[in-house]
Amino acid sequence: MLRSILSDDLPRSRWLALALLAILVGLAVAPFLFPGAKSLNVAAKICVFIVLAASFDLLLGYTGIVSFAHTMFFGIGAYGVAIALTRMGAGWDAVAVGTVSGLVLAIVLATVIGLFSLRVRTIFFAMITLAVASAFAILASQLSDLTGGEDGLNYRLPAVLRSSFSFGDTLFGVRLNGRLLDYYLVYTASLVLILVLLRIVNSPFGSVLMAIRENPFRAEAIGYRTVVYRTIASCIAAATAALAGALLALWSSQTNPDTTLSFDIMVDILLMVVIGGMGTMYGAVIGAVLLVFAQNYLQDLLAVANKALAGVPLLANLFHPDRWLLWLGVAFILCVYFFPAGIVGRLRQKR
Amino acid sequence: MKRDWLPLLLIPALMIGALPLIGSPASWVTLTVAGLAMGLMIFIMASGLTLTFGLMDVLNFGHGAFIAVGAFVAASVMLALSPWMTADSIWLNLAAIGPAVLAAMVVSGVLGLGFERIIVRPVYGQHLKQILVTTGGLIVAEQLLKVIWGPDQITLSRPTALRGAFLFGDVAIEKYRVLAVAVGLVVFAALALTLNRTRLGLLIRAGVENGEMVEALGYRIRRLFVGVFVVGSALAGLGGAMWGLYQETVTAAIGAQVAVLVFIVIIIGGLGSVGGCFVGALLVGLTANYIGFLAPKVALGSNILLMALVLLWRPQGLYPVAKR
Repeated sequence: MLRSILSDDLPRSRWLALALLAILVGLAVAPFLFPGAKSLNVAAKICVFIVLAASFDLLLGYTGIVSFAHTMFFGIGAYGVAIALTRMGAGWDAVAVGTVSGLVLAIVLATVIGLFSLRVRTIFFAMITLAVASAFAILASQLSDLTGGEDGLNYRLPAVLRSSFSFGDTLFGVRLNGRLLDYYLVYTASLVLILVLLRIVNSPFGSVLMAIRENPFRAEAIGYRTVVYRTIASCIAAATAALAGALLALWSSQTNPDTTLSFDIMVDILLMVVIGGMGTMYGAVIGAVLLVFAQNYLQDLLAVANKALAGVPLLANLFHPDRWLLWLGVAFILCVYFFPAGIVGRLRQKR
Repeated sequence: MKRDWLPLLLIPALMIGALPLIGSPASWVTLTVAGLAMGLMIFIMASGLTLTFGLMDVLNFGHGAFIAVGAFVAASVMLALSPWMTADSIWLNLAAIGPAVLAAMVVSGVLGLGFERIIVRPVYGQHLKQILVTTGGLIVAEQLLKVIWGPDQITLSRPTALRGAFLFGDVAIEKYRVLAVAVGLVVFAALALTLNRTRLGLLIRAGVENGEMVEALGYRIRRLFVGVFVVGSALAGLGGAMWGLYQETVTAAIGAQVAVLVFIVIIIGGLGSVGGCFVGALLVGLTANYIGFLAPKVALGSNILLMALVLLWRPQGLYPVAKR
């Protein structure tokens, strides 16, 4: 049963299994365990970013191609729902229209970019996606009639998901309102998406992707059209990222370039996948959890160090709370050199 | 070898094609000079990157870091020498810019040496890791810039002699752009002469064509590569300093922003080709300025459109390097 749910891809490490179980259960009971708007927000963000990082891992870890346009697809999904909710009013029909149009646009764009550049080389694809994504981000902030420009869009969610909606009194001291429902919508959707991705990478299709990663010439020689497989992989990744974006839009009731399209988010995803472990979906899960935690709590830790070093000129700046990315960047480089398989690879080795 | 003139013809074709669309010859001249200046600055920054790629098959996604460092170092020196910058004599102005640019190049070059040693060397021949590690290098470098110079942007004003414009009738040409064009052409000439007329250049070109053979003939291609990497970084620093003066502000994100343009240029030119890089840079600079004038809304997509068109015509870029 468990085997078939996880598509026969078991954690294969006691600690990893424990960590995953902790994440699964922790996120499931988060609203009751850590009540409060901020922690619920962190939990929802973790769910969304797990999906986003996992879909990026399908490209980076399984297929061996680097795309810098992953946030673009994330943004397309988010803006799809956001624009539909702004224009059509706060109904489920708007959510459906927004999600579907986001999905379609993401898949079409991914196909075009893929056919243009995946024929050539990894580096080519990386550069072209970087260029396209940056142009898209600027475009989104320019078309302010549609996207709200730099400020983004603020919109109303469907009534059932608002905090004013209530479906009962309290349970364990937590109000049963629309936000709770919204959180579980995000949680369930993320869980399903992760299981689907697990299914994909452990299918024969996934094996072909890994074969292409290991040796594209050989895969081609055996008779697999590498361009086609790579393009399909990037379409699946783009579609999943768009769905993750739609979930974010459904959670936060505001969408702007900073939270969906910026290069910072791209860097975050890259860090998540590499630090967590490329080439395993579980790595993306662990990495996403770690990074979102670091974003929200590493700053507090750095603030302490910063205070302790307040007198020393340059050192104090090194430990400034806003410089958390510096430390994660260093960790990222060390990871690529010394633990290419990331945390998950490390855990599995020790078994 | 037969020269391939077609891509070169694109530049005058683009210029002439834009003339009727823009209408007034005066604004056409202004825009063309602006485009050439922008293109040549991008060329200065991109040339090192494309050469390291051609020579060693290393694509440095952290190239933007050198651009940013150059801009910051130059800004610091110029701010320190601000009395000379605001003086009314062109010689004092140049006496401030000279050391600033030199410092930018030296610091970027030294940084390039370290970057090559620490970041790039362990991952030769592994493309995926190269992309990841050099991107990591960019992240760390950008954060370190913020540690050293603070997170706020630095405002930089051009020296007195380079403000304003030359006026010929109703044609206005900004003085700074003339300087940028001149510096860019000097750099291009120096690079072209070194590559085509010296022994060192011969070795570099041979290394781009077939590195193993050069190695087999007894030349240490690694050492050559480090040299090219350092020169490329120094040029990026020079370009960054000039770009900073051009924009009159310097932020830590400048590297990543300009790096996107640089990537587009070297894709258009054909990875590894300096000549292609030159043509690509001019095309990008000119289109950006023409389209920016004709249809500001579309301007941002124009680079991508240009890239797509070029790749439809020649999928490997204007001047594909044979090996790849």
